[in-house]
Amino acid sequence: MSIWVDSTTRVLVQGITGREGSFHAAQCRSYGTQVVAGVTPGKGGSRHDGLPVYNTVREAAAREGADASVIFVPPPFAADAILEAADADLGLVVCITEGIPARDMLQVCSFLRGRNTRLIGPNCPGIISPGKCKIGIMPGHIHRPGRVGCISRSGTLTYEAVDQLTSRGIGQSTCIGIGGDPLIGTGFIDALEAFGKDPDTDAVVLIGEIGGSAEEEAAEYIRDHFRKPVVGFIAGQTAPPGRRMGHAGAIISQGKGTAAEKMETMRRCGVRVLESPAQIGAAMEEALG
Amino acid sequence: MAAMKIHEFQAKEILARYGIRIPRGKVTRSPAEAYEIARSLGGVVAVKAQVHAGGRGKGGGVRIVRSPEEAERRTREMLGTRLVTPQTGPEGTLVRQVLIEEGLDIRREFYLGMVIDRSRERPVLMASTEGGMEIEEVAEKTPELILKEQVNPALGLQGFQGRNLAYGLGLEKKAVGRAAGFMKALSEAFAATDASLVEINPLVLTGDGDFYALDAKMNFDDNALYRHPELRELRDYHEEEPLEILAHRSGLNYIKLDGNVGCMVNGAGLAMATMDIIKLAGGNPANFLDVGGGASVQQVKTAFEILISDPGVRSVLINIFGGIMRCDTLAEGVVQAAREVGVVVPVVVRLEGTNVERGREILRDSGLDFEVAYGMQDAAEKVCRLAGEAAPSVENS
Repeated sequence: MSIWVDSTTRVLVQGITGREGSFHAAQCRSYGTQVVAGVTPGKGGSRHDGLPVYNTVREAAAREGADASVIFVPPPFAADAILEAADADLGLVVCITEGIPARDMLQVCSFLRGRNTRLIGPNCPGIISPGKCKIGIMPGHIHRPGRVGCISRSGTLTYEAVDQLTSRGIGQSTCIGIGGDPLIGTGFIDALEAFGKDPDTDAVVLIGEIGGSAEEEAAEYIRDHFRKPVVGFIAGQTAPPGRRMGHAGAIISQGKGTAAEKMETMRRCGVRVLESPAQIGAAMEEALG
Repeated sequence: MAAMKIHEFQAKEILARYGIRIPRGKVTRSPAEAYEIARSLGGVVAVKAQVHAGGRGKGGGVRIVRSPEEAERRTREMLGTRLVTPQTGPEGTLVRQVLIEEGLDIRREFYLGMVIDRSRERPVLMASTEGGMEIEEVAEKTPELILKEQVNPALGLQGFQGRNLAYGLGLEKKAVGRAAGFMKALSEAFAATDASLVEINPLVLTGDGDFYALDAKMNFDDNALYRHPELRELRDYHEEEPLEILAHRSGLNYIKLDGNVGCMVNGAGLAMATMDIIKLAGGNPANFLDVGGGASVQQVKTAFEILISDPGVRSVLINIFGGIMRCDTLAEGVVQAAREVGVVVPVVVRLEGTNVERGREILRDSGLDFEVAYGMQDAAEKVCRLAGEAAPSVENS
C-alpha cells in the first residue's frame, strides 16, 4: 500500500499550458500517473498534449472526476490556485510553485482549516508512491516500490536519500516533499500519522532542515505515538545564524532552530539521527535489521 | 538571498505613514549638515550610525550629544569608519550616513515586535516591559516577560488584543488607549508592507504621555517585493557582500562563509548537507551555493566564477543530483567557465541523476583536470584532501 496517492488517483494540472506544467505533466503521465485534465483560465475548451483543458478547477473536477491537483502557476497567482482547488473540494492539492508571499500563505492556511483538502507544499518536489503514482517533479526512475516512507523539507536531498535506499535494494511506500517554506500545508506530523497507520510502511526517513520547530514537534510525536523505526537527518549543521540558506524557512533566527538543537531533541525522542547525509541508506538497512 | 533589510531611518519613515509617532530628525552624510540639523532640532540630540547590523550602541554607533558642535564632531568621527558590533564580525561595517534625531523626555521603555509564528500560521505581536534589552536574552531567561497576541490575518489586530498587551505591560489607564492605537498601526504596517519582521526597541513613553518608536527595524518578505516596487528601491547594496550581489543578479543563491572548500550544489537542502559533510571530512565550507532547479549553462558558469573568485577557496566541490537539472547542462557550464577563467584550484565533481553519463562524458572529454567522485562521502573526502594539499601560495596566484 502507500499513503494519499496510488494508481487510482485522478490528477488535474493547474497551469498545464505553461513550460513547467507542460513538461512535468508529461513526465507524470509517462510514469503512469492518471493525469485527467489541465486547467488554464482562458484556454478552456482546447486540448493540450491530448488532454482536455478547462477554465476552472470546479468544471474540470466535475467533468473528469478528479480528486487531486498539482499546481505549476507563477507565485503571484499560486495562492489563488490553491484556494480554487480547495473550494472545488479536491482531496489533495500539491503546490510546486516556489516564491509565494508569506502573507498569501497565511490566508491559505487560514482558509484550509477545518476543510477536507490536504495541501502539500508549496515550494516542494511533490509526492510519489513508487510504481503507482507520481505527482511532482522528482525523477521517477530513482525510486523503487517498497516499504519505507520518506518525509522531507527539501527536494534534491530527498532524491539523494531515495537513491541511497534504492541502491541498497530498499524500496519506498510513499515519498513526500513537504516544502522549504515557513508556511506549508502538510507537515511532518500529518505524514507520520499516515505512515503509522499504513500496514505496508515499516520505517520512515525524516529529513529536516534548520529553522522553525517542526522537527522538534515531529520528534515529540514520534516519542509519544509512533512505533516504527525512524532514521533522521537535519541539513544545515554548519549554517551560520541569521542567514537564510536558500529556502525561506531555513534560517536560524534569534538563536532558535539550529541543527544541533533539533538533532538533540530527535535523539532524545528515539530517532536514529545521522551526522552525515551519506549514511541514510546504511542506517535504514540497519534499522530494518 | 536573505529577507530584505532596510535602515532605521527608512523603517521610521514607513512606520510614520501608518500613524506611528517617531522622533523628529534627518539623515545626513555630512558633518556640516549634521550641525545644521542639530541646531534646528535644538537641545539634546542623538547621532546614530545607519548600518543594517544590530547592536550599534555597543560599538559606539549611537551618541547622545548636547550641542550642534558636538553633533558635527561625532558625525565626522562616525562617517567613513567601520563600525564593529556584536553582529558584524571583526571587520565591521562601513558607516556612510548618520541619523540626527531629537532627544526625548523618556519615562519608560518597552519592546514591541511582530513576526510570523510558523507553527501557529499566524502573525504574532509581542510586547515586553524589558525595552532596550536584547530581546533574545529576555526570551531565554525570562520568557514570561514577553507577552504575545496571535493576529487573525483576515481580521487584523483587534482592539481587545491591543488592550490585553497594554494592560499586561502595566500601563496606566490614560496610556492604554494610546498604546493599543500604536500597536494597531504597527500591525497594519506589518501586513500592508509584507514585512517579515518589525521591531520597535525601545518603544518609549514620554513625559507628555505619548509613545514613540525610538528605534525601528523592518525586514521584508523577498517573495512579496514584486508588489512593493517602492520598497525594493530601499535595498542598500553597500551593506551586502559583492559576490552575493553578483549571485543574486544572476538568479543564484549564494552566501559567503569563511572556509576553504567552495561548493556548488543544486537544491538548498542538498547544498546544506554538502556543507555539513565537508565539515565532517575535515574541511570548512567556503560558501552556500544553490544553483537552483533549472539552471542554464550561463548560470552555472557564473556560479563557478563566483566560487573561484573567493581568495579563501583551496578546492571546489560540485555536487549535483540531477532531477529537473540535467547533468549535461551542468557539465557544459563548468567546462566553459573553467576554459575561460582557468582551473586555478582542484575541482571535484560528483554527478548523479538525469543524463549523468552524458555529463561525465563532457567532463572527461574536456581535457581539463577534474576529479570525478562517486557518492557524497567520496566527494567530500577527495575535496578536503585536495584543500589540505593546496599550497598557501595559491592565494597570491
